[in-house]
Parts: sequence; structure tokens; C-alpha cells
Amino acid sequence: MHIEKDLVAAAATPLVLGILADGDLHGYAILKRVGELSDGRLQWTDGMLYPLLHRLERNGWVSARWDAESGRKRKHYTLTATGREALADRQAQWDVVADALRQVWSNLQSPGTTEAWA
Amino acid sequence: MSEVHAGLEEQIDRWRTWVLRRPAITPDDAAELEDNLRGRVDDLRAGGLDDDEAFLVAVRRMGNLDDVSREFAREHSERLWKQLVLVPDVPSDAARRWRDLGVLIALALCAGGAVKALLAFGDDEGFALNVGFAVLPFLAAYFAWSRRLPGRVVGALVGLAAVLAVTVNLYPFVGSPDDDVATTLVLVAVHLPVLLWLLLGVAYAGGLWRDHARRMDFVRFTGELVVYFALIAMGGGVLVALLFATFGVVDVDVQPFVSGWLMPFAVPGAFFVTAWLVEAKQAVVENIAPVLTRVFTPLTLLLLVAVLVALLTGGQLDAVDRTLLILMDAILLLVLGLLLYSISARDPLAPGTAFDWLQLALVVTAFAVNVVALVAMVTRIADAGWTANKTAALGLDAVLLVHLVGTGWLLWRFLRKGGTFDAVERWQTRYLPVYAAWAAVVVLVFPPAFAFA
Repeated sequence: MHIEKDLVAAAATPLVLGILADGDLHGYAILKRVGELSDGRLQWTDGMLYPLLHRLERNGWVSARWDAESGRKRKHYTLTATGREALADRQAQWDVVADALRQVWSNLQSPGTTEAWA
Repeated sequence: MSEVHAGLEEQIDRWRTWVLRRPAITPDDAAELEDNLRGRVDDLRAGGLDDDEAFLVAVRRMGNLDDVSREFAREHSERLWKQLVLVPDVPSDAARRWRDLGVLIALALCAGGAVKALLAFGDDEGFALNVGFAVLPFLAAYFAWSRRLPGRVVGALVGLAAVLAVTVNLYPFVGSPDDDVATTLVLVAVHLPVLLWLLLGVAYAGGLWRDHARRMDFVRFTGELVVYFALIAMGGGVLVALLFATFGVVDVDVQPFVSGWLMPFAVPGAFFVTAWLVEAKQAVVENIAPVLTRVFTPLTLLLLVAVLVALLTGGQLDAVDRTLLILMDAILLLVLGLLLYSISARDPLAPGTAFDWLQLALVVTAFAVNVVALVAMVTRIADAGWTANKTAALGLDAVLLVHLVGTGWLLWRFLRKGGTFDAVERWQTRYLPVYAAWAAVVVLVFPPAFAFA
């Protein structure tokens, strides 16, 4: 299934923050987790994750450190306390959106209501 | 095993070189992307693809490198601070630069003509009030052209500049008997260029003057312009000195030519060429900014410590007058200039270093010097009355001090891990309109408030 670009972009920040809330990860592991969570239906361009992570770092929402694992340099990201607050804030926003959409969908599914309007 | 994957390693090497060619991507970013690529390749191979197939799919999953690089550049605008040349989306980039230079030189000639006309038809006072209006609109016109400024922004800028021009020229300044130029006229002449410069910033930002990144770009532009202009002016000075010396030998007086024609065109011309250089060659400039701040920050700190010691021990502070106030303003301006200059060239993601502590020390010392001087002066000013000069100097001091204290506080929070460097940066750009407001007050309110004297 193709998911619209704007929607993917809007979901990216809360998704990354939420995934990091479970523990520190490096970039590719975050991408894999996104794949698992969406059964592979939510596909990101891999390269686009990193500018996003750097923006979250600049906002102070995540912190990063370099580790050398089996000779390979790897950057790990950790959610900070401010990041946790931002995540809670995003969650509240998405709850509102999801709730409104749920009502729209249920209206669509009961055609009786539409006729009643006519 | 490594024998088997030699081909793959070679492909990854080539890919890394290709990625690193993008100016917006640093080696660290490339290492991060490479880690991703390798992870993806390993997973695809485990899924049954051979090396070549896995590499191709992994590279495709990485996305269009132009797009990724543009995204990096947007996020790290300090690496390459002009959005327009981030990614060469126009192949004839070099051609465009030359066309830009042509337009700028034409505009510089117009500015030179305006300055010349001003010198020919106006007196000294008229020149001091209007020289900003003779030069800056042409630079603004260049930005409006190169950034395709929306019509309503152009209209607003032209309107504001016209209102300012008409107002200051209609003000009936009266010189005092002993000193024939009105103080408020001098104040207006000093503050007006600041106000016009910040209006120019709106054009520089392409009308998006509320945007933090654009404002930071303008700060960088200003800093680099000052440094480049100083360099070019020094070179020009050497040439003019040689000109005088050589023509002196053959007994030809070049003075009328130099002051009548060369200077009115050369100074605005140098200014415009500098603007073009800063726009086009910023990669060179970026290397200068950190070096200059690293040299001058410790030196300025030493100067300030010496001043503080002098003020606290030997200084006769009851003899202070507006000269000391203006000196304090100059010191604060220098410290803030240094801070802004180094902040604008710094990678906001880099952790705090010894140099950041040095800057904090600079802020604290400048603050201490200022407080000592102000405490000594405020009572005396209250006794002697509020002249236009003292009020302007004290007001500027207050504006600068608030800026400095805010910077110091945020820098302290950043160094103590309580805040981000981003917050320090944002404070700088958020504060810029305060300067415009203060300059507007001095230009528009001071003359009537002090009876145009």
C-alpha cells in the first residue's frame, strides 16, 4: 500500500521518539523497528531518517553518542527528558486527530446516517 | 569471507566517495549512512540476494542522494548557509554567478551615481542623513531580484524607507550656537543605517524574515561582509596611497579626482563586490570566521579584565561622562559581535568545549565592566540631566546588556547540560527586532523629544 508522503513525514517525529522511548537504538535499527511495527507497509527512504534525527538532536529531544561495535563506528540515539515531554505532547495531538478520524470513518460506514441527512 | 566480499567493499568505497562529494554531508554523516547501508546489505544477503543485488537494493532504499543531501543542508544550514546553492539544481551555476556579478556591478554604479549626486547637491548634513538611502536600496534591489521577492514585501519595504527618508529630511534640526550640528541629527545619522540595514535583512531573507534560519543567514552575511569589506578597504587604501605617491612624483594633483570621483564610486563599489563575494564564495569565508573568533575572543577577554581592574582600583569614576557611556556601548558591541560571529559559524550539535567556557567568561566580564561603569554613572546622569546623547547611549547600553545577559544565561544552561545550543542561537535571532525598534525610536522620536537640538 502506498502511503502519502505528507502523512509519512507528519508521523515520522512521533514514531521515532516513541521507538526511542523503548531504549537506545542506532539509525538502521530504528528503520527496522518502523518496518516491524507497520508490517513493512510504512516505507521510509533510509537516507531521510538521518537529517530528521539530527533535527531532533538539535531540539534537545534526543542525544547521540558514537560507539565502536566490532570495529564499526555507530551512532546511538537516546531519548532525553525534554524528548519525553515532546512525545507526550505529540501523543496528545495525534489522539485528537485519530479520535476525529475515527468518528468520520464510522459515519462513512453507516450509510443510514447519510440518508437521514438527505 | 573478506576475500569473497572484496567486490562489495569496493562498491561501498566508491559509494562513500560519491556521498562525500556533497558539501552538505560531513564524514560523520557519511559514516552514519554507511552503517545503514551495510546493515541493509547484510539483511538482504541473509534474505538470499547476492552481493550485487543486495548493494543495488540498499542504495535504492537510501533514496535519491540529491534529496537526502538537500535535507541535510536544510537541517545544517550553518554548513552551507545559502539555501540557493545548497544543491546545484541549475546546471549553469557558474554562469549564474557571473550574471549576478554583472547585475551587482550595474547596481553599484547606480549607487555610486546617487552618492555623487548627493555630494554635488547636498551639504554635509544632508549627506550624513541620506547616504544610507543612496546605497542600501540598490543592494536591496539586488536581493529583491535574486530572491524573487513578492510584490507586497517590496511595497512594504519601499513604503517604510520612503516614510523614513521623508521624515528625517523634513525634521527642522537646529544646531546650537557653539556647535553648529544638532546632536539629534548626529544621532539620527548614526542610527538610521542600522535601521535600514535590518530592513535590508527582510529583502535578504526573501521576505521570510520571521524564519529563524533566514535571520541567522543574515547575521552570517553581515559578519562576513564586515570582515571582507575591511580586507578590501585596506587593499584599496594601499592602492590610493600608491596613486598619490606616484602622481606626486610627476607633480600632478590627483586630489580632486580621488575625492570627487574615485571615492563616491569606489566605496559603494567595494561594498557591493563584497556582498557578492560573501554570497558566492561562502565556503572560503566559513574557514575564516572560526579562526578570527578564536584569535580575538581571548584577546578581548584580556582587555576586559584589564578594564575591570582599572575601573575597580585606580579609576576616578566621578569624572565619567558620555564618553565613558559610549565606550561601554563600544565594548558591549564588540563582545556581542564576537559572540554572534562565532555562534553563527558553530555547529549547534557539537558538545560544549573550552572555547564555549571562554565565551561565557567574556560575557560575564563584559557584564561586570558594564555594571561597574553604569552604577558610577547613573546618579551623575540623574544630577546633570538627560541630554539626547546620554539618553541614546544609555538606552543602547540597556538594549545590549539585555541581549548579553540572555546569551550568557543560555550559554550557561547549555554548558551545564540544562539547555541546547539551539536555544542560544534562537535567542540571537529573536532579539534582532529589538535593535530595529530602538534604532527607530532614536531616528523618529528623539529629534522631536529633544526639540531638534
